Amino acid sequence: MSDVELIARDGDRVGRKDPECPLAIDGLTVSYGDKPAVFSVDTRFGKGRMVAIVGPNGAGKSTLMKAVLGIVPKLAGRALFFGEPFESVRSRVAYVPQRASVDWDFPVRVIDVVLMGLYRSLGIFGMTSKKDIAKAHACLERVGMADFARRQIGQLSGGQQQRVFLARALAQDADLYLLDEPLAGVDAATERAIMSVLKDLKSEGRTVVCVHHDLATVRSYFDDVLLINVRKIADGPVASAFNDRNLQQTYGGRLGATHIAELQQPAG
Amino acid sequence: MIGQEFVQLSLTPMLVGILASLACALPGNFLLLRRQTLIGDAISHVVLPGIVVAFLISGSIAAWPMMLGASGAALVAVLMIEAVKRFGRIESGAAMGVIFTSMFAGGVLLLEQSDTSSVHLDVQHALYGNLESLIWLSAEGWGSLFDLAALSEMPPQVGRLFVVLALVVAFIAVFWSSLKIATFDESFALSIGIPARLLGFALVALTAIAAVAAFDAVGSIIVIAMFICPAATARLMTDDLVVQVLWSAVFAVVSAVLGYMLAGYLPGLLGYDYAVSAAGMMATVSGLILGVACLFGPKRKRIAPTA
Repeated sequence: MSDVELIARDGDRVGRKDPECPLAIDGLTVSYGDKPAVFSVDTRFGKGRMVAIVGPNGAGKSTLMKAVLGIVPKLAGRALFFGEPFESVRSRVAYVPQRASVDWDFPVRVIDVVLMGLYRSLGIFGMTSKKDIAKAHACLERVGMADFARRQIGQLSGGQQQRVFLARALAQDADLYLLDEPLAGVDAATERAIMSVLKDLKSEGRTVVCVHHDLATVRSYFDDVLLINVRKIADGPVASAFNDRNLQQTYGGRLGATHIAELQQPAG
Repeated sequence: MIGQEFVQLSLTPMLVGILASLACALPGNFLLLRRQTLIGDAISHVVLPGIVVAFLISGSIAAWPMMLGASGAALVAVLMIEAVKRFGRIESGAAMGVIFTSMFAGGVLLLEQSDTSSVHLDVQHALYGNLESLIWLSAEGWGSLFDLAALSEMPPQVGRLFVVLALVVAFIAVFWSSLKIATFDESFALSIGIPARLLGFALVALTAIAAVAAFDAVGSIIVIAMFICPAATARLMTDDLVVQVLWSAVFAVVSAVLGYMLAGYLPGLLGYDYAVSAAGMMATVSGLILGVACLFGPKRKRIAPTA
């Protein structure tokens, strides 16, 4: 879409067409049946930031991620990646779905899953070269799974499966990483391994956005936070947006006052 | 001359059995992994009302009206299954069960009420086809396979199934990586630009084409068996998708050949003076092979409950 067309269509929002902004969401609304799952969410994620999307179960966190990627249809609103619609900048974005969303009994090996991340650069019939396989191995190395390359994926533990998913995303060599619950149900060693990889991505100037469920680690792991419960409650730097008033509003009565008080303690 | 008799009477039924089994078994691998095997069952059942309606409209049992009617019925069934799923809010297995049994039953009633006595169209035919009647009388021996005049008098089912099988193989080969990714992880596939839903629909369409072509020659029993058994058996043999697809082809061919021979010769060997349905025996053999793989397949431990 040219700038002129964009101005003609969305004159009031033209300021938002910012190639430096990895993801800008405007008025995003998604609905399953007649109940909205995400309602009119506006937010922007900053380049080189680590962002947590936080909210109770059913708050629309995963749905928001799927809707910006066009996996579930948007009822209204839109998402611009690096100032462009998703279709024109697909190769700069990597998505890691929830681990539980796939069948881990599928007959493929670990290396095959990582090679899926190179799909867009493979030749006709998806032939893989030595270079592709070396690249996939390097990605497995980064997540500490190099010894498992030939394993069938059904033989992996939950944490190992999550690392393989992360390795597949690394193979995509993207500028924006969208991860849906990358730390759900993983062991402590895997959590450390994943966080260290994500921090490396950030230090390379890439942007990392995670749906995150563990309120206790938001402060230590992330720079920015998006609090949602169908609607956006707050967004911005963790230091200011992740406060007890916003948390109370996000979780309603579901979060006790003592729990919130604990979260306000500086981490470490 | 034994060669001539075999080529005249047994070669074409066996060939049709092999081609039909392969055409169903190959897409069966993906249906199995997508937990959609029942769609093959559903489609092969709704073919019956499709061909009955096509016969009532066209008044002939020529191949094209039959194919058209069957494909139309398959399409109607797929749409109705989607509708029941969406508006009834029930899971897809139940939706398929409701639609295909009602449509099959409707087909049986329609068949009973319409005058099809003059043509070879009945419920038995629908279930286990007319494999044994697909003889190649103009054949004079193996040499006829290289004789264009004789080849042109081969039962047309052979050529049709050959084309369908080629289509199936081409589809799977061309879309191999995208099919694999879309089957394993649909969300990820969509995020990298693979039209996963379109591929899923194409797979169902291909399943319908294979089912319709095979149904005409071998009936619905073998179609249902071949969509499931070879692929399920192959899954117990390996943890590699390529190897699984190759194993499924081997099991399909073995079931067809062994089934045909056993149907012809087993009752004789046991002292009975009749043969049993070849299509029925092929399906039975494919089930028996699956049973053996469940007991001895190298990857069968996979199906044990995991902690």
